[in-house]
Amino acid sequence: MKFRFTRLLAVSAVAVTTALSGALASAQEQFVPILSYRVGPYASGGSGFFGGMIDYFNLVNMSGGINGVKITWEECETEYNAARGVECYERLKKKGGGATVVEPLSTGIAYGILDRVGTDKIPMTTLGYGRSDAANGAVFPYVFPLLTSYWSQAAAMVKYLGDKSGGLDKLKGKKIVHLYHDSAFGKEPFPVLEAASKQYGFDLVKIPVPHPGNEQNSQWLQIRQANPDYVILWGWGVMNAVAVKTAARVGFPREKMLGVWWAGSEEDAIPAGDAAKGYSTMTYNTPGNYPVLDEIRKKVYGAKKGNLEDTSRIGSVYHMRGVTVGILYTEAVKKAQEKYGKGKALTGEQIRWGYENLNVDEAKQKTLGAAGMFPPIKTSCQDHEGSGAAKVQVWDGKAWKALTPNWITGDRAAVQKMVADSSAKYAADAKITPGCMK
Amino acid sequence: MDIEALKYFATVLAAGLLTGVMYALVALGFVMIYKASGVFNFAQGAMVFFAALTVAGISDKFGVSLWIAVPIGVVVMIVLGFLIERIVLRPLVNQHEITLFMATIGLTFFIEGLAQLLWGSTVRTLDLGIQDVPFKWLIDRTGILISQFDLIAAGICGLLVAALALLFNKTKIGRALRAVADDHQAALTVGIPLHYVWGVVWAVAGFVALVAGLLWGSRNGVQFSLTFVALKALPVLILGGFTSVPGAIVGGLIIGATEKLAEVYIGPFVGGGIEGWFPYVLALLFLLVRPEGLFGEKIIRRI
Repeated sequence: MKFRFTRLLAVSAVAVTTALSGALASAQEQFVPILSYRVGPYASGGSGFFGGMIDYFNLVNMSGGINGVKITWEECETEYNAARGVECYERLKKKGGGATVVEPLSTGIAYGILDRVGTDKIPMTTLGYGRSDAANGAVFPYVFPLLTSYWSQAAAMVKYLGDKSGGLDKLKGKKIVHLYHDSAFGKEPFPVLEAASKQYGFDLVKIPVPHPGNEQNSQWLQIRQANPDYVILWGWGVMNAVAVKTAARVGFPREKMLGVWWAGSEEDAIPAGDAAKGYSTMTYNTPGNYPVLDEIRKKVYGAKKGNLEDTSRIGSVYHMRGVTVGILYTEAVKKAQEKYGKGKALTGEQIRWGYENLNVDEAKQKTLGAAGMFPPIKTSCQDHEGSGAAKVQVWDGKAWKALTPNWITGDRAAVQKMVADSSAKYAADAKITPGCMK
Repeated sequence: MDIEALKYFATVLAAGLLTGVMYALVALGFVMIYKASGVFNFAQGAMVFFAALTVAGISDKFGVSLWIAVPIGVVVMIVLGFLIERIVLRPLVNQHEITLFMATIGLTFFIEGLAQLLWGSTVRTLDLGIQDVPFKWLIDRTGILISQFDLIAAGICGLLVAALALLFNKTKIGRALRAVADDHQAALTVGIPLHYVWGVVWAVAGFVALVAGLLWGSRNGVQFSLTFVALKALPVLILGGFTSVPGAIVGGLIIGATEKLAEVYIGPFVGGGIEGWFPYVLALLFLLVRPEGLFGEKIIRRI
């Protein structure tokens, strides 16, 4: 009997110790659900982007975590399908002690979980896509269109084309075609471009391309007939390469084309072959190599923990965007730890505060080995975007090169007014009382 | 109509007709299989993607020229055709048509996944050495813009149709194919090996998918969206008839020309972007008048 009691005591002690150590271990970890797409129509971009995110998380973990807090994650395949994305979100949101951020890289999925992230208190970042008016944190406290939104990008495009023409006043009388993916995504910049057209006096011709855009002869024959000064290409997926190739087919100079940043990856330029030479697009990452990428190559890929099968894709456009998401998450967590406890695992609600008080200036970027990799960012409750700047890059036949040395910002005041008006309307419709969270 | 407007009209019409030939190329694969086995092969678009990705993948990964990669691709597609017949269709012989159709839907997902599993999701280029630029002398002399690539693609399509016509009409296997297409049971009773014939048909459809994949892949890059080109083949088939090779060509030309003309001349009045759905509306209207399509076989059933 005594033996049995001792054995029971020993087993109980082991069980309690195991449970405690497990709790302590999980207390030093933070979970990130990764709603990735590695198969399906947009897998080429998804594999690079989510690969970049995971590569940076691995780098952070291999360097001791965020003040000792390790990042854990689990992937769920969405195939860029909004319904599947919502399902993935629901499946993973409570795992690992609760999701601390979600970055779906899909406007459809972002819209699908827009209300849910607020209810679940999980911050959602949408770098360079999603709702532009979500920049107003008083209405969308858990949504962060960090760096630049579509509206800011469209404003920066107008600024760049103005500069290229010799000044914004020189846009008067010019003709700009907006060739867009016939979807909500393609129509997103309408308010900015229409306002700029009125303000600066250029003729805006809007030409839609039906999804998926794998045949564009009729659109480009119309463009050839219209003979515009510039063509803004607001495309996605196969539409981009086909647009560039068809432009060459009808003899339209690629130097007069300016793509959205979703038309500015290797996956968009390479299939277009020689036709893409001289084609330029907007970007929120300066193309090139950075110490942080070298560190990923050395530490992460050196330890065979790299996420990309093809190591030549390290530093590609999509990979760099993923690394940027990883950097901004890590910096948001560090910021939140300053308030809620250094070295502590935090909740999504606490990290939301970190995102809302981000400040990654050039000096900070330098310490991270990413000087100039993305525009300096400083967020606030009223500005979940934190920058609004972009650059222009050009395809030289083999790689993207920065065309503008400095970050370009369009009419920021006009964009902010649009954000305020649109988000106020959303708040009224959704019966939200705008207010900043503490 | 002034001369410039006429030239523009001719350019749009020519672009439409040549694009239609590209649609017809994809439609041919559907016709081959439907004609011989009564199966609407939902996986034809996936086969186009698989074929192009296999050739581009072999060329990229092993650093071999297209002269070597294309013949390997032909062999792969023929083997794939026979495997589909053996593994997917043979166990479903005598099942209802809808069962076979559902099987090809499953096959679509399998082939799409297999292609990306084998060769990865990276977008690849396929340079056939045909320049996709307008004929300069034609513009200089007539003002009409026609792409070199589209014209050569139309020539290749013509050759393919001629080869298929020879196969169907002048060879022993062709006669067997036609016999099976006319009546499975009767063909079996005279000793035609049904499974072998179906295997050949799927292999030929695989070859047609390869040709379509090479041309579309060279035009747009080898990427997942190649599977979408099959969407444009559907109205072509409805218009031309599911069982007719000439029907696929004529249907392709009509769909290509009308969608371009509609987009350019009607589109601006309704906000544009109509060429995505216009072919389907046209096909729907056509169905009301001639359900079997222009060249399709009229089905008469005893009730």
